[in-house]
Amino acid sequence: MPHSSFPGGYRWPDAEGHFEEYGGRFVAETLIRPLDELAAVYREACEDADFWKAFEEDLAHYVGRPSPLYFARHLSRANGGAQIWLKREDLNHTGAHKINNTVGQAMLAKRIGKTRIIAETGAGQHGVATATVSARLGLQCVVYMGSEDIERQAPNVYRMKLLGAEVIPVTSGSKTLKDALNEALRDWVTHVENTFYIIGSVAGPAPYPEMVRDFQAVIGRETRRQVQEQAGRLPDLLVACVGGGSNAIGLFHPFLDDSDVRLLGVEAAGHGLDTGEHAAPLARGRAGVLHGNRTYLMEDEAGQILATHSISAGLDYPGVGPEHALLKDLGRAEYTSATDEEALRTFHLLTRTEGIIPALESAHAVAGALEAARGMPEDAIVVVNLSGRGDKDIDTVARREGLSL
Amino acid sequence: MSRIAGRFAQLREAGRTALVPYLTAGDPEPAATVPLLHTLVRAGADLIELGVPFSDPMADGPVIQAACERALAHRVRLCDVLGMAVEFRGEDAETPLVLMGYANPIVAMGVDTFAEQAARAGVDGVLVVDLPPEEAPAIRQALIDHGLDEIFLLAPTTTEERIRQICGQAKGFLYYVSLRGTTGADRLDMEDVAERMKCIRTHATLPVGIGFGIKDADSAAQAAKLADAVIVGSALVDRIQAAADPHAAATELLQDLRAGIDAAGRAGGAP
Repeated sequence: MPHSSFPGGYRWPDAEGHFEEYGGRFVAETLIRPLDELAAVYREACEDADFWKAFEEDLAHYVGRPSPLYFARHLSRANGGAQIWLKREDLNHTGAHKINNTVGQAMLAKRIGKTRIIAETGAGQHGVATATVSARLGLQCVVYMGSEDIERQAPNVYRMKLLGAEVIPVTSGSKTLKDALNEALRDWVTHVENTFYIIGSVAGPAPYPEMVRDFQAVIGRETRRQVQEQAGRLPDLLVACVGGGSNAIGLFHPFLDDSDVRLLGVEAAGHGLDTGEHAAPLARGRAGVLHGNRTYLMEDEAGQILATHSISAGLDYPGVGPEHALLKDLGRAEYTSATDEEALRTFHLLTRTEGIIPALESAHAVAGALEAARGMPEDAIVVVNLSGRGDKDIDTVARREGLSL
Repeated sequence: MSRIAGRFAQLREAGRTALVPYLTAGDPEPAATVPLLHTLVRAGADLIELGVPFSDPMADGPVIQAACERALAHRVRLCDVLGMAVEFRGEDAETPLVLMGYANPIVAMGVDTFAEQAARAGVDGVLVVDLPPEEAPAIRQALIDHGLDEIFLLAPTTTEERIRQICGQAKGFLYYVSLRGTTGADRLDMEDVAERMKCIRTHATLPVGIGFGIKDADSAAQAAKLADAVIVGSALVDRIQAAADPHAAATELLQDLRAGIDAAGRAGGAP
């Protein structure tokens, strides 16, 4: 057995939700009690075997898990170097990994007796996943979405409406995911009595980063079992895209103590890291406080949050989950980035070689994986989290290529 | 005695409730702020809260969000706000000045640099909206080291145990957020506020102010019956923004509020 990267095992966060200097609970006083209540109900659920049994059952029969681990032979051959395996989160109900978390949080909302659900969304995948579980459980659902994102993810907006959710456009600030999060926090502060806020990433105040990670860790647990069954050993490298970073943490977490498994997160380099028009806080940001936690941020020298750019709405966020900030500082995970162009090229390559249309977010991960794989031996195993399917992005891609659908 | 404590002592002596207006620094443009602060003092402000603009003001309603955006369009930074404090102090050595804002600009400046420069600029207190008492002890220590009062929020959702803890840590005065919502919201329930204030008074040795949702003489009068200070932000920012003559508009609103507060009589309760 390889020795653990961490003596005594990986141990974060602490009881206050700190990942060393990152994380925590930087919120206005009004939200302290609801966060305390959420943390308490989550702790209680963690000890309740029936809760996890019901969660696993929903994942199996409603979400369609386990999702396959697929050896992308044709893509690997086209690329050269290591074998690329895809963890097919795109095959989940609603088409992305986001549903793993919303199923879990909606169960908590029921447990705590809240009748109204709110969420923020960027690409719309989390909004759809939230509207989906709300419809199923008969909960009122309100989704905040930046008006710019509403524009570029129209199919998901309609999907949410079909599911009975109210989609509220957010026109403040940069009109994208960060502003949607501000607005959802404002809603929560106003309606704390009856409202449960389902945050979609491993961001926000404690206990969200830990709780969302725990719900998403099913991705890594399945991958660990599947790769041993199908390839006979653990992988050499795991790769995932990082916006807030929930699909990446979900894949990485069950491997953190396996020091021989390298971890690689791929941020959105937008038009290029040197242009300033990107969404890569781990590459180019510094530590600060936003949306309830301390983490790496894209900010100016005065501490004002900068507008970000990525072709992918789901990665267009100036912060990153605090656990990624810790993993970067510890050197346990490495972080790289892929530009809009690289993601688009990879979007087409995967579509043509394997017949799989990836979400633009996931195309960033595949782009990072292809580059890493080229420098690795042919028998090496790279597992990429294919976090979502690309149906929602075909308009964006077509428009980039001068077509209208 | 800090300038804040001194001012509350004077007010208590005079049997008056404090009127505390809020302005976002640099709104609508940097040159407007210091003259407006002097106008507020002339119109009856006992303390002033000066908002530090932030790109993501999560606890603020639309009025103060828009004020932040107007200020940030002029690239108003925390160091510029401290410059305004210096300029204000050049002519006013008496009126306590509290900076209100979010943690990130302070973190970006460096907590020690900030506390040192704020104290030197003549700032008396600091209220960091997204900094509950259990986070960032380094910021807290820096404020204490430089003799700045840290003002804490208490909310309708704050438990009694927490009220007790916060009262033990707070300096200057306590700020009771009188409703569940963002600044400027319109849902003030005075019976609920009265109930909560009773609980706060059993633990607080400091003066207690009420803010969020105060917009006219009537709501100010109701708050004044319960509190040592009445805080008005969004209503003032809104008036100033809409007015042809911002100084006249600010004066008119403050005089209205002052009249309402004085008519309500002094609450008492704080030692």
